Amino acid sequence: MEFIQQVINGLQLGSIYALVALGYTMVYGIIKLINFAHGEIIMVGAYIALTSVSFLVQMGLPIWLCVFVAVVFCAILGILTERIAYRPLRNSPRLTSLITAIGISFLLQNAFMLIYSPTPKPFPKMVTAAPITVGSLQISMSALLTIVISIVIMLVLQIFIQKNRLGKAMRAVSEDYGAAQLMGININHTISLTFAIGSGLAAVAAIFYCMSYPLVEYTMGTMLGLKAFVAAVLGGIGVIPGAMIGGLVLGIVESLTKAYISTQLADAVTFGVLIVVLIFRPAGIMGKNTKEKV
Amino acid sequence: MLKVDNINVFYGVIHAIKNVSLEVKEGEIVSLIGANGAGKTSTLQAISGMLKPKSGSVSFMGEDLNKVESYDILKMGMAHVPEGRRVFAGMSVKENLEMGAYTRKDQNEINDNLERVFMRFPRLLERKKQLAGTLSGGEQQMLAIGRAIMSNPKMLLLDEPSMGLSPLLVKEIFSIIKELNESGMTILLVEQNAKKALSISNRAYVLETGKIVLEGDAKELMENDAVKKAYLGG
Repeated sequence: MEFIQQVINGLQLGSIYALVALGYTMVYGIIKLINFAHGEIIMVGAYIALTSVSFLVQMGLPIWLCVFVAVVFCAILGILTERIAYRPLRNSPRLTSLITAIGISFLLQNAFMLIYSPTPKPFPKMVTAAPITVGSLQISMSALLTIVISIVIMLVLQIFIQKNRLGKAMRAVSEDYGAAQLMGININHTISLTFAIGSGLAAVAAIFYCMSYPLVEYTMGTMLGLKAFVAAVLGGIGVIPGAMIGGLVLGIVESLTKAYISTQLADAVTFGVLIVVLIFRPAGIMGKNTKEKV
Repeated sequence: MLKVDNINVFYGVIHAIKNVSLEVKEGEIVSLIGANGAGKTSTLQAISGMLKPKSGSVSFMGEDLNKVESYDILKMGMAHVPEGRRVFAGMSVKENLEMGAYTRKDQNEINDNLERVFMRFPRLLERKKQLAGTLSGGEQQMLAIGRAIMSNPKMLLLDEPSMGLSPLLVKEIFSIIKELNESGMTILLVEQNAKKALSISNRAYVLETGKIVLEGDAKELMENDAVKKAYLGG
């Protein structure tokens, strides 16, 4: 039972990693950029949600609506960072945009530190319902919500990418953007859409994260972002289902390590798993075997 | 229908296309022949908006393409089958064709076009669900052409459609080009296989190091000594 409990904890954490990893992998898929500023979007989402809570309370609205405020804000922020920082560099060497991404990351951290002060702020409790008990298992409502909603979001995203016209356009652009343009696809709009979706997902992840670790600070996105990046690489960067699997695997490994090996070693084991997987499958768990017929 | 007027294209400091002018009239097959690196592909790319010429103008059906966003050019009725086919390898054959109809909104029309492409290329129907990257070179070329005609273009730009194909497939591709032309599509063809290209064209231009050195009736060019020597193997 203890084991299942730990797996559920792992799934909860893993869902959060997966949501963030999707942003890394989608952006990488489409413009081949490791967007190191992506982790900061989580932090921004958390602060925006926190701020909107006080407005929502004043207006007598339910506080869970803060999710929508954070998602919209982050989606716009994602579009703007691409528009302002990455688009002008689209034809420059990849290293240039990578360094720019790191720059954006510091910029966002410091801007939010100035706005909200460096002191961590508590995040209000959003879910007050009692945990569900199944036999000797206790599943907190926040864990249940995190897992279920994340899975629904990932399914919807997968259907969107596979079946929707815009989703297919995103895949076409990530395969060959010159050819996609010849199909009449507006590349810039497609890239903006990718950033919007990725950043929106990071905002959702931020809220789920705050539900179990209710403390908002300006550095909170760094480690979370890094682990989600590991999850994306683990699953196979650029492959959307890979980010989902990678996130869940990482969450479960981390949670089991904490329970059965050592809390302090949890991060070491997490990154160790990455190294081992990459030795045997350099392209990640679901990574594309890039041998294609020419 | 298509008028290219004195365009110049640069790659950094390299002057790839020098004052190229050409014209394609409605209903024609015009080919652009020349050696490797003569600037054939760049000329096509400058026409379809993949490259922006530094000076000069390209007009299609009376409209100046410099003023049109490159992704809108297809909507005006000009489709481009790029060099090397560039099918979307990770997408299925059917999805590739659907991308060709991306600018079309009418689902019935898209389905009709899909059927027509499958009728013209039965191999693609057999492989409808297969990933495009797993097709043979000839099948990929058919897919690339099928994808381009999914938008019902008035004009088709074809870049080296015979590249890397067996003689039998080359023959098939050229007869398809002819059929497309007979069904009303105007065609601008870039080819290294000058003999084949000239045999189906009305007119042709010869490109050498970024400049047009000869132009004229395809049959006359086939008899031209310089052309024979340089491109037709004596």
